[in-house]
Amino acid sequence: MILPLKLEEVFFVAGGRVIIERISADIGAGPSTIILGANGAGKSVLMRLMHGLLAPASGRIVWSSGDTARLQAMVFQRPVLLRRSALANVTYALKLARVPHAERERLALEALESVGLAAFARRPARVLSGGEQQRLALARAWALHPEVLFLDEPTASLDPTASREIERVIQAFDAAGTKIVMATHNLGQARRLGDEVLFLHQGRLVERAPVEQFFSRPASPEAAAFIKGELPWV
Amino acid sequence: MGLIFRLVLALCLVGSVSAQPRFITVASTTSTEQSGLFKHLLPQFEKKTGIQVRVVALGTGQALDMGRRGDADVVFVHAKPLEEKFLAEGFGVKRQDVMYNDFVLIGPKADPAKVRGGKDALEAFRKIRAAQAPFVSRGDRSGTHFAELEIWKAAGIDIVKEKGPWYRDTGQGMGPALNTASGMNAYILSDRGTWLSFKNRGELAILVEGDKRLFNQYGIMLVSPQKYPSVKKELGQAFIDWIVSPEGQNAIASYKINGEQLFFPNAE
Amino acid sequence: MEGLGDAARGALLLIFSGDATLGGIVLLSLGVSLSAVLVATAIGLPLGAAIGVGRFPGRRAVVVILNALMGLPPVVVGLFVYLMLSRAGPLGSLGILFTPTAMVIAQTILILPIIAALCRQAVEDAWAEYEEQLRSLGATGLSAALTLVWEIRFSLLTAVLAGLGRASAEVGAVMIVGGNIDGVTRVMTTTIALETSKGDLPLALALGLVLILLVIALNAAAACVRDAAQRRYG
Repeated sequence: MILPLKLEEVFFVAGGRVIIERISADIGAGPSTIILGANGAGKSVLMRLMHGLLAPASGRIVWSSGDTARLQAMVFQRPVLLRRSALANVTYALKLARVPHAERERLALEALESVGLAAFARRPARVLSGGEQQRLALARAWALHPEVLFLDEPTASLDPTASREIERVIQAFDAAGTKIVMATHNLGQARRLGDEVLFLHQGRLVERAPVEQFFSRPASPEAAAFIKGELPWV
Repeated sequence: MGLIFRLVLALCLVGSVSAQPRFITVASTTSTEQSGLFKHLLPQFEKKTGIQVRVVALGTGQALDMGRRGDADVVFVHAKPLEEKFLAEGFGVKRQDVMYNDFVLIGPKADPAKVRGGKDALEAFRKIRAAQAPFVSRGDRSGTHFAELEIWKAAGIDIVKEKGPWYRDTGQGMGPALNTASGMNAYILSDRGTWLSFKNRGELAILVEGDKRLFNQYGIMLVSPQKYPSVKKELGQAFIDWIVSPEGQNAIASYKINGEQLFFPNAE
Repeated sequence: MEGLGDAARGALLLIFSGDATLGGIVLLSLGVSLSAVLVATAIGLPLGAAIGVGRFPGRRAVVVILNALMGLPPVVVGLFVYLMLSRAGPLGSLGILFTPTAMVIAQTILILPIIAALCRQAVEDAWAEYEEQLRSLGATGLSAALTLVWEIRFSLLTAVLAGLGRASAEVGAVMIVGGNIDGVTRVMTTTIALETSKGDLPLALALGLVLILLVIALNAAAACVRDAAQRRYG
């Protein structure tokens, strides 16, 4: 079990600006966690700090024991796929995780089935539609059955139909027991998919609450403004 | 990746070493190569002995330098003073005369310096200098360049001091220098062999020939195996022996362009 | 214009005459240049990729020098290799001066910077796109660089063709280290130089056209390969 993930007084600085300011939180197993906030609030940076792509300027980010590399995966806003077949993209990820050769194809096909792409296994990944590519990215991330799945605004570049497909897949993963940590600025999506909300404003963690409570009785003025859609752009 | 590299290099080396017949490297001059003499001469030697002769054609100065570096087994050039210096420095074993040909003074048919038909090379050079007519020099430490400088000296002209824009020092081999002269309608000293096989004549023609000073002697030397143990002394000596033998000398005499003999064998 | 017309006719006559000497010269030219391209690619691609993704002190200086070396004058390279391989030089005992091997070595040195520098640029640009995703999947260092090289292999083909173009067009290096020996180290470019110096300009021009046609044919073949692959892999 690599969860819970503890963030202790995390700061992140870039270009002379403080992007993440003194965030402390425990991310535990169970409820799907939404990182919510306006554009520029620091959501993407926080996601990358948690996933390990960035190192904090000060403070600590600590997982509990376990193979922290293998047991967490991330899906980005724009999927970056290799010039290979859909199946090969997934087996590539499995190869990096040192899954034995004999099992790779089987696990990859399972992952593709779980997102409904089994029919496209041999197609070149780059000729798939935007929604299909994002589903493939999800399959690739999930093929290793990670404990934690980070998703950074996964539907921001997709049309409503494709977005719905992605949300369905995420919900299925959630139901199967994977911890979901998702960044979004889409209020409706947060409500549909989330169990709890961590609300960021200008790099600070301003509020944390179960999702229904957050939307019906926000405790902070910034959160209230955000929900009312009145948050001035940073 | 590294394995592939080593494999390819190994193949190249193996290829270059094992697939070789017996061969010698001869440093010679561009005039002998470009006259076509070697194409006529060497197949006869190779057929008789099975030894392949690889000719690297440079200017006389460069050819002798190649011998000094041990990169040739035999040197075959035409500038006796330079050859004797080479011998004196210990880089050569023995110098032998092989053949001679002559130089000819080439110039534009319009002949601004009025040298045509003369039999005196010194007089012709003096006239060219006086008329300040365009003159192309090889300037490349070749046998021909060396001969040209000797003629200026013998004519009483210090060419280094007296040259002007009319004197074009090109630093090129005989062929390229002839191209330049053809393009500029200039005078130029050339060996007869290269001139006879030169195709881009433009307005140029032979204007002065026959002066004994235009006589051009070729010599051959084995590079010293004492200085460079890698020199192929038996094979190299076989070539030298053949070239001064009656058979080799006849082969030289039988080389003709348009019925005209280019080189006159005179080995002892 | 007459000269060009004659040269064009001469080139066609040469190509279809089936002249054995010309055939030998063409084969040697291709052999030397293609060998040099092979070796330079084997060294240059990994080298360029490593510099492209690497971050180390002095990296900027390395990039500048590598780019500058693309402009190495062939005659200077030839001179350097000659002095190395001369009997009077350090590697004289190898006895490979005035052989096709020496010509391959000289051309490899000449085109290695071209292939490495162009590869570095292509990899660096691709790294900007792929870095996050590859690191997220756990690919680092050499593994990531090689994956990237394979991924952009068709762009890298341009770098390889640039090297081939330089090698087949140069005369300075092969003339000095090969000696233009009839039947042994005489290639297209040195033959053209020789015929020019003998005043046989129409023949030289005709040979030049043959050489250009050869290089065009090679480039056209590469373009077909790239288009086919583009259609397959997207």
